[in-house]
Amino acid sequence: MTKKLSIVVVEKNQARAKLIADSLREAGDFEVSLITEDTGLARRISERNPDVVLIDMESPSRDMLEEMALASGPLDRPVAMFVDRSDDGLTKSAIEAGVSAYVVDGLKPERLKPILDASIARFHMFHRMRKELEATKKALEERKVIDKAKGILMKARGIEEDAAYALLRKTAMDQGRKLAEVASALVTAAGLLK
Amino acid sequence: MNGANISVGFMPLVDAAPIIAAHELGFARQEGIELELVRAPSWSTLRDMVVHGRVDAAHMLSPVPIALALGIGAEAELDVLSVLSVNGTVIGVSKPIADKLRQNGFKFDFQDATAAGQALIACVDAPLRIAVPFPFSMHAELLHYWLTALGLPEILSVQVKTIPPPLMADAMAAGEIDAFCVGEPWGSIAVENGVGDLLLPLSAIWAFAPEKVLAVRRAYREAEPDVSARLIRAVWRAGKWLDQPENRMMASEILSRPEYVNVSSEILERAFDGQIVISQQGDTRKVPNFLTFTKGAASFPWLSWSSWIANQLAKRHGLDASSAILSAKQVFQTEFYRSALSSEMVAMPLTEFKQEGALKVHTSVDSTHGQLVLEPDTFFDGEVFDLELLK
Repeated sequence: MTKKLSIVVVEKNQARAKLIADSLREAGDFEVSLITEDTGLARRISERNPDVVLIDMESPSRDMLEEMALASGPLDRPVAMFVDRSDDGLTKSAIEAGVSAYVVDGLKPERLKPILDASIARFHMFHRMRKELEATKKALEERKVIDKAKGILMKARGIEEDAAYALLRKTAMDQGRKLAEVASALVTAAGLLK
Repeated sequence: MNGANISVGFMPLVDAAPIIAAHELGFARQEGIELELVRAPSWSTLRDMVVHGRVDAAHMLSPVPIALALGIGAEAELDVLSVLSVNGTVIGVSKPIADKLRQNGFKFDFQDATAAGQALIACVDAPLRIAVPFPFSMHAELLHYWLTALGLPEILSVQVKTIPPPLMADAMAAGEIDAFCVGEPWGSIAVENGVGDLLLPLSAIWAFAPEKVLAVRRAYREAEPDVSARLIRAVWRAGKWLDQPENRMMASEILSRPEYVNVSSEILERAFDGQIVISQQGDTRKVPNFLTFTKGAASFPWLSWSSWIANQLAKRHGLDASSAILSAKQVFQTEFYRSALSSEMVAMPLTEFKQEGALKVHTSVDSTHGQLVLEPDTFFDGEVFDLELLK
């Protein structure tokens, strides 16, 4: 009865996969293995024959697991836990966090809870990091396009960098648009005129 | 009219158009509702999102709510408010198979499902690996129907795999599959990428098949009947707008945006126009009713449709057909649909059932408002699905 639970984590991002595995090991005495490739996913999982499969809800490959949940075979009719309704609150928070778990039929919810709690915490953290990364990337791209627009203005009008920036700012304010939008329009237009 | 918010999940496919157009063109606002559209990464995730209330409504493969009602795979109570689209899907084959078919003299008429199926069976010597987007889909059901009717011993010679639509072309390029069945634009993407040719529209197997539905949790519809009815009207008006040929270009432009399907409008237009480019050389085939939204009572939740799906699912999963058909009837909310659209003077059928597969030509029937022209709905093998005969 107290056999170690085996968990497979399906996650393309190696670093992320490793962190999830680590936090699962901290949460309990589990046997954790990772799959970081999409190809042959069903076969890879069958080979490992786990009790629980954890996968990012954002992963399109999740539909391939759904097929396994139907076939009886090495995985002996696992169920999609989300529709199992064994613990609605836990399921909801897992969905909010973006983690989905496939569980072999008959596994008790209390054995699943620490696994999901740990992965939910990790997924939340990654979600936040992903958002922050996107915001940084966007800011960087905006910076780049503004620099380009400044360069175009400096060349076309023979003005200094400060004056070019001031001109962009003023145009943006007059038109009630964002600086990056005006800059990007200018860069596009300049590209067309070349 | 208070501004009720409804979140609606969708998959990046051409047939999500009624939901997207309802939002973008103001049909929803006209009904005093505001749609918040959420793009889902996979069908299983979209199903979980609607079942657990992360979204209120969803663009859904028509067999999914029925499979859930029958407890196949998972169990939940979803209601189908209306049918979003009829047809709109294609079967494609990998380049090596297409070449072999051509060598054998096959003409790719994109029409004759019997000839295409026999040619396909004749040219493979190993088990045929076919991908569908989800185990519960018209793709899977019609593929089984087609190959079984052609006498292919399916267990021996076909491996059906699940691959999400946007990854279909990649899987074919990687040599993982020989054929696929997928909703547009993802078949055309395989053609564009030069990894495969298109063999048939699924409409060659069943000429008028319910493809996607608008689904909500039953508890949601019961708690919010007024908002649900407004959603039906908004999406129905969007579907009617989409059925007008002059609106297709604009629809393709809207759908091509990154937040929706994120594929060039030129490729999306093929499905709307029914002008399908079947090979990289640019061979084009015109398909009547390639994708239909409201024409010919396409959005009407026919109980004969839910019955056909339930019957197929029951057969394949070893359930009792008559009780499956009974459960499926509760899923397709025909009466609710009627009352939601009663203010619109829509020509609706007088019955909930028709003989599926019986109409070889356009047929005019009596309706709630004058005459209603039903579209041809034949099966490729001439079968007729009649509930009376099943009893």
